[in-house]
Amino acid sequence: MTYRNPPTTPRKSATFDDYTLSEIRRAAATGIYDIRGAGAKRKLPHFDDLLFLGASISRYPLEGYRERCDTSVVLGSRYAKKPIELKIPITIAGMSFGSLSGPAKEALGRGATLSGTSTTTGDGGMTEEERGHSKTLVYQYLPSRYGMNPRDLRRADAIEVVVGQGAKPGGGGMLLGQKISDRVAEMRTLPKGIDQRSASRHPDWTGPDDLEIKILELREITDWEKPIYVKVGGARPYYDTALAVKSGADVVVVDGMQGGTAATQEVFIENVGQPTLACIRPAVQALQDLGMHRKVQLIVSGGIRNGADVAKALALGVDAVSIGTAALVALGDNDPRWEAEYNELGTTAGAYDDWHEGRDPAGITTQDPELMKRVDPIAAGRRLANYLKVMTLEAQTIARACGKNSLHNLEPEDLVALTIEAAAMAGVPLTGTNWIPGKNGF
Amino acid sequence: MPAINLSKAAREPGQASRVFDLAEMSLRELNQALHDLAPGSNETAWEVLHPRGSHSVAVGVDQPVAIDVRGSVGYYCGGMNDGGTITVHGSAGPGVGENMMSGQIVVKGDASQYAGATGRGGLLVIEGNASSRCGISMKGIDIVVHGNIGHMSAFMAQSGNLVVLGDAGDALGDSIYEARLFVRGKVESLGADCIAKEMRPEHLELLQNLLDRAGVTGVKAAEFKRYGSARTLYNFNIDNADAY
Repeated sequence: MTYRNPPTTPRKSATFDDYTLSEIRRAAATGIYDIRGAGAKRKLPHFDDLLFLGASISRYPLEGYRERCDTSVVLGSRYAKKPIELKIPITIAGMSFGSLSGPAKEALGRGATLSGTSTTTGDGGMTEEERGHSKTLVYQYLPSRYGMNPRDLRRADAIEVVVGQGAKPGGGGMLLGQKISDRVAEMRTLPKGIDQRSASRHPDWTGPDDLEIKILELREITDWEKPIYVKVGGARPYYDTALAVKSGADVVVVDGMQGGTAATQEVFIENVGQPTLACIRPAVQALQDLGMHRKVQLIVSGGIRNGADVAKALALGVDAVSIGTAALVALGDNDPRWEAEYNELGTTAGAYDDWHEGRDPAGITTQDPELMKRVDPIAAGRRLANYLKVMTLEAQTIARACGKNSLHNLEPEDLVALTIEAAAMAGVPLTGTNWIPGKNGF
Repeated sequence: MPAINLSKAAREPGQASRVFDLAEMSLRELNQALHDLAPGSNETAWEVLHPRGSHSVAVGVDQPVAIDVRGSVGYYCGGMNDGGTITVHGSAGPGVGENMMSGQIVVKGDASQYAGATGRGGLLVIEGNASSRCGISMKGIDIVVHGNIGHMSAFMAQSGNLVVLGDAGDALGDSIYEARLFVRGKVESLGADCIAKEMRPEHLELLQNLLDRAGVTGVKAAEFKRYGSARTLYNFNIDNADAY
């Protein structure tokens, strides 16, 4: 009998993992960076790292289903003559017609309206589908100004000046030629079939002093009726929030790096910007330092998935949250029912993110007339409304357990963190301790 | 009421203009009064005194009125104008006529950066010089500059015509789409994907029409060169990466 040395188990590198190796091979073969949709996919400190304490001897709870727990929120009360009143503090984030199909945009409007909340246009102008089916519609004012016009500005319910988004703070848009149908091309004043590079900077202002003048112009055009939001990516949340307030914003929107995009470079999505959880306390702190907390409202987005996430964001001081990716999933995005077709595209349900290619089996991120028929705007709108209702009930359940008769009465003192990182970011104690990293000199 | 020069805008003969003195009234009152005009109103002649560099003078005008601004204005004068005829008897700050839909804006003096940015229609005439980024991201507007324009003008210009009687600065028409650029003088440099193009009869006709509409005399269309997109960057190609 010959003796063999015991073999070692084949070991793959944690640094050069399978994904990394595949990306090196793909880059070597094609010579172009990977473009995809959605937000950061890497593991990040998030709301899952926080827990609510609930009631105890010193804090008594409210009766579930019986005692009132208010969910409404008013946005734009600083300067706007007509602030927005929403029944729930969960709004639908900006997603463009062009990136999304017409039926998908209509479904977002229908779902939001059924739920008493707002939806938002995107980098492609306002469509009749979404204006007609959205009781409250926020009109984005973007660097590209595709489709921008004073008539739509005046028939919007609020205006969102987009400085950046969480997936790509500092990046412009990219809509590849295959998604540029006749209708999309016409709305964007561009030839059909060419790649559209949306600018990363606004064409007619730079910096906070200019922004203040730009906001004045938008207010003058709309007779000071509309709330004006300023949306920033999660880059420098303390200073961006402070500068947005200084520039005259009614509402500040901070979008963390888990927030999705229609298409940008993978390297940008995963390596630029900060996690949503890390952005909240600095933004709230800026408002508090200026004496503007609750006067200028704060909306946070990027990775909000359920009522617990909503409750945690509100407890940290935000006024409302916004959802994009989760709303698309409610409409039917990445549904396993299309698994065979996802496989044909070289992916699997839950991982499909080549939204820019326009071949979405679910019919959402496409301009293909046949594929988009798969979205029934009425049924998909109903699913979104159901989902929003569940999120709201979940948040109320937690708030009542914490003894709060309004979601907005949740506070940081209701929270602890499971990890040191989350404790430091959220400014709440590490569970089982009274230690808040960075506070009291430690 | 001071005498005014009647411009070519629709104006009843002998009708007095409505005067807003910004030394005594607020910008808000001016713009609100302009927005309150009902379609078909006979208050078609307006005069703005003492603008003193105010921002957002006569923004969001949506009726065919004539507005004479007596002095220089700050940012965004005539922003999103839709049908108004606005004459600035002075110079204009950044973003004059930004996102104009239709109508006409004439600046008797110079214009700062981003003149006519993202404009979709109408005619913007700068009788002096325009600074950098003139016609940036233009989407259908016609711009005629009697003097020179600064660097990065017509950046990402999508549609419309930019006419320059003088010289153009660096990187003219960088990343241009389908807008047409006509320059009579020297071009410091062309931006990525912008090239000189043949001036065909239809371009000469178009240009002559623009010169006429802008009140330019003694200048022939044949004195201009045409510039536009080489269309090599329309669909991403890694071999063009150096151009981006």
